[in-house]
Amino acid sequence: MVGEPLLRLENLSTHYVSAQGSRVVRAVDEVSLSLNAGETLGIVGESGSGKSTLALTMLRVLPPAARIVSGRILFEGEDLVAKSDAEMREIRGKRIAMILQDPMASLNPLFSIGNQVAEPIRVHDGASRSTAWAKARDLLKAVRIPSPETRLGQYPHEMSGGMRQRIVGAIGIACEPRLLIADEPTTSLDLTIQAQYLNLLRELQREHGLALIFITHNLGIVAKMCDQLAVMYAGRLVESGSVSRVFNAPAHPYTKALLNSIPRMSDRSQRLTAIAGQPPDLAKLPRGCAFAQRCPQVADRCRDEAPPAFPLGNGQLARCWLSQDIGRQPRAAAGAD
Amino acid sequence: MSTPADVISLPTPQPVATRRRAGWLGSFPVVPTLILLIIALVAVFADQLAPHNPEIGSLAARFKPPFWQAGGTATYLLGTDQLGRDVLSRLIFGARVSMVVGITAVLFAGAVGTLLGIVSGYLGGWVDQVIMRITDTWLALPALTFAIFLAAIVGPSMWNIVFILGLTYWTRYARVVRGEVLSLREREFVRLAIVAGCSKWTIMLRHILPNVVNSAVVLASLMLGVVIITEATLSFLGVGVPPPQPAWGLMLSDGKQGLMVGYWWLTVFPGCCIMLMVLSANLLGDWLRVKFDPQLRQL
Amino acid sequence: MAQFISRRVGYCLLSLLLLSLTIFFFVRVTGDPAALLVEPGASAADIAAIHERFGLDRPLWEQYGLFMWALAHGDLGQSFYYQTPVIELYLSRLPYSLLLASAAMVFSLVIGIPSGVLASVRVGRFWDSAGKLFALLGLSLPSFWVGLVLILVFSVYLRWLPSSGAGTPAHLIMPAFALGWYFAAAHMRLTRSSMLDVLGSEYIKLARLKGLPEALVIAKHAFKNALIPVITLAGINLVIMINVAVVVETVFAWPGIGRLLYEGITFRDFPVVQGVVLLGGAMIIVVNLAIDILYAVIDPRIRFER
Repeated sequence: MVGEPLLRLENLSTHYVSAQGSRVVRAVDEVSLSLNAGETLGIVGESGSGKSTLALTMLRVLPPAARIVSGRILFEGEDLVAKSDAEMREIRGKRIAMILQDPMASLNPLFSIGNQVAEPIRVHDGASRSTAWAKARDLLKAVRIPSPETRLGQYPHEMSGGMRQRIVGAIGIACEPRLLIADEPTTSLDLTIQAQYLNLLRELQREHGLALIFITHNLGIVAKMCDQLAVMYAGRLVESGSVSRVFNAPAHPYTKALLNSIPRMSDRSQRLTAIAGQPPDLAKLPRGCAFAQRCPQVADRCRDEAPPAFPLGNGQLARCWLSQDIGRQPRAAAGAD
Repeated sequence: MSTPADVISLPTPQPVATRRRAGWLGSFPVVPTLILLIIALVAVFADQLAPHNPEIGSLAARFKPPFWQAGGTATYLLGTDQLGRDVLSRLIFGARVSMVVGITAVLFAGAVGTLLGIVSGYLGGWVDQVIMRITDTWLALPALTFAIFLAAIVGPSMWNIVFILGLTYWTRYARVVRGEVLSLREREFVRLAIVAGCSKWTIMLRHILPNVVNSAVVLASLMLGVVIITEATLSFLGVGVPPPQPAWGLMLSDGKQGLMVGYWWLTVFPGCCIMLMVLSANLLGDWLRVKFDPQLRQL
Repeated sequence: MAQFISRRVGYCLLSLLLLSLTIFFFVRVTGDPAALLVEPGASAADIAAIHERFGLDRPLWEQYGLFMWALAHGDLGQSFYYQTPVIELYLSRLPYSLLLASAAMVFSLVIGIPSGVLASVRVGRFWDSAGKLFALLGLSLPSFWVGLVLILVFSVYLRWLPSSGAGTPAHLIMPAFALGWYFAAAHMRLTRSSMLDVLGSEYIKLARLKGLPEALVIAKHAFKNALIPVITLAGINLVIMINVAVVVETVFAWPGIGRLLYEGITFRDFPVVQGVVLLGGAMIIVVNLAIDILYAVIDPRIRFER
């Protein structure tokens, strides 16, 4: 860990407010995490855990009903929450880029590939049409799309799903951002293509010194691609730390349950382990810990008081009363860092 | 640098004491409903309310302006037309015509359209094809053109108009209802009914019908405005409600004669009545649509 | 592509067939078609001649055959009043209706589309409310009343514009406005909802994520996509305008086919009425086909649809 982290979120909260102000959905609740340049962070959670909202919050592209209620987003030392719209627009696509889940829906059906890939270059770098077009061609080559010349003039519906996702990736790195956020980038892809795509992302990361944030519900991807991991539940960050630590010694019961629910080939039992119950309604969060109703290790205290995040040593954090005591003891080396 | 729009400090959410209206569409349209009720009441009590006989006029009192203009009298509050008939009385009785024709036509079109829509959607097959082809063709013709055509054939009379309007507009109901039935057909409770041995007609009437009534009602309220305008148009053209019955559209047609010489009250008042009624019906229909069935947004 | 076209053409022909059937059916079903097909005040001999000509004593399907045969030869009968073939009358008046409809269409698009875009971008605020009001009035006011009031204001009181006839651009203004308001409202509504739909889509989200200025997002990415359903509607509406202009043409004595229809009704000139309705419907069906095909040419995704 050398110098300032590239990105640091401090107690970030985003709430959705209904028109009358009566219903407040706490989509992201007091999330803090940090990421260094060139590192890869995985943000994991079920649907509705707030991970997508977190990503959109970082880029301040939220729907009108959403409000950043508190916290800071420190990117290269600057607080993005305090920035004006115009300033954010300069950051989006240029210094921080984002890839969305569905590549078919992400591309405008009426404009050519070349047009859409060249666009951020023209807008951010002020490049001329021909320069941007040439750069777009290079970008298509960089994401391993064969015969890029012809592809530039084609339309999204003429491409396969895998190719479209690569094109979206090309758009992402077009202006050489420092940070690339990928929201479920492989969910819409065939299994066979997923691995190729992930490899591509890793190569691009190495070549361009990108920091990556992966938003996913797939722990397998996290294991393969990420250095750091953050687990979200009901809008809160319940555990974070390096991937090896969290996978080997998960501290939060939810993380444990998630890891247990992955079916293993060696598992002889017939039943899949699921986590009983449903995530809570984000508009009516319980007073205590959000996971209390489903937690196999729940105690009375959990229902009354929401636990803060306890440091467990070596950068691992867990938002659980069980970890309160663990943090106080010197941690025996459970695995090399 | 001003605070960016998406960053505010929220107080902890309070229980809602007063409901702030989310725009005029969110709350019940009191005024339009009131207007419609008033028109309905006027229609019902026309005999008591109207100061004069709407169909007989006195030629001595032709083209009198409203009472506040020079030459007007308090006897004929809103003036008289080319046959000396009192405009106010004709407006009042005209409300009856509009209400009766409007509501009956909408009910008729609704009943036929809903029934055929259910039959078409549920039975499918060639019945569906036939009904849909007819619907498509009739929908291709603008309602007005079709209505004029039918009116030219059967001749003008109030009940003919109701019949014609019903024939013209049932296709809209059939379309919408059929769409709903197609999705309802796959639902659990229908399958249960089939398994339980209910006959097709029982299923259609007892299970499917109650579920489409919602959309039919919303559609009916939206159609009311359209139907009234069409009736007024037909009357204006001379193929609607025949004289001497007072229909607002007919009054407008009569009023055309006096227009160029500035007898404005013969045009403005009947038109305002039509406008009030249609506007109210549309507003009420819009509210119903938003309230009850967001799927009908496309309408 | 060829398959798509042949399919659509097939539907078109089927619809035309059904249209003719419908018209034929209604005329015959009312009991005494002779009363309609004969001039008012005709002698018994004339009536007999009509019976002979249209084969009114023969079985229905034969009559239909005769009817279609005549249609195929462009014979829509003869106007009682004008003593000219209906088809000639129709074609001579059509250009005027096209002119009026085009003017009204331009008006409706020029007002409707920008206000719809503005309303969608400023949802809930002033322009949205103003637009909604304009649309509401446009959909609630009968076009002929709008015309009458316009005449009252601009011809009678202000004496700026002529109240009837055709010939100069000044003659066109009021009729085009009266006819176009309803459609401007419809176009505004559709543009607004179409824009709102598009603005919620993923590619718009991505465009914003790319850091594009909002004006570019709306004008380039959103607008073109949102325009598609509006143009479709506008195309169909043009033909519909020609048909429903009957009242506006009557009010302004505009010599188009709408006025021809009015004359037909007023003078009990049934061949004219039948002809106008038949041709009007046929026009709509054919234009629908043309739009479908045009669509497929422009948007390659459509070709592979069912």
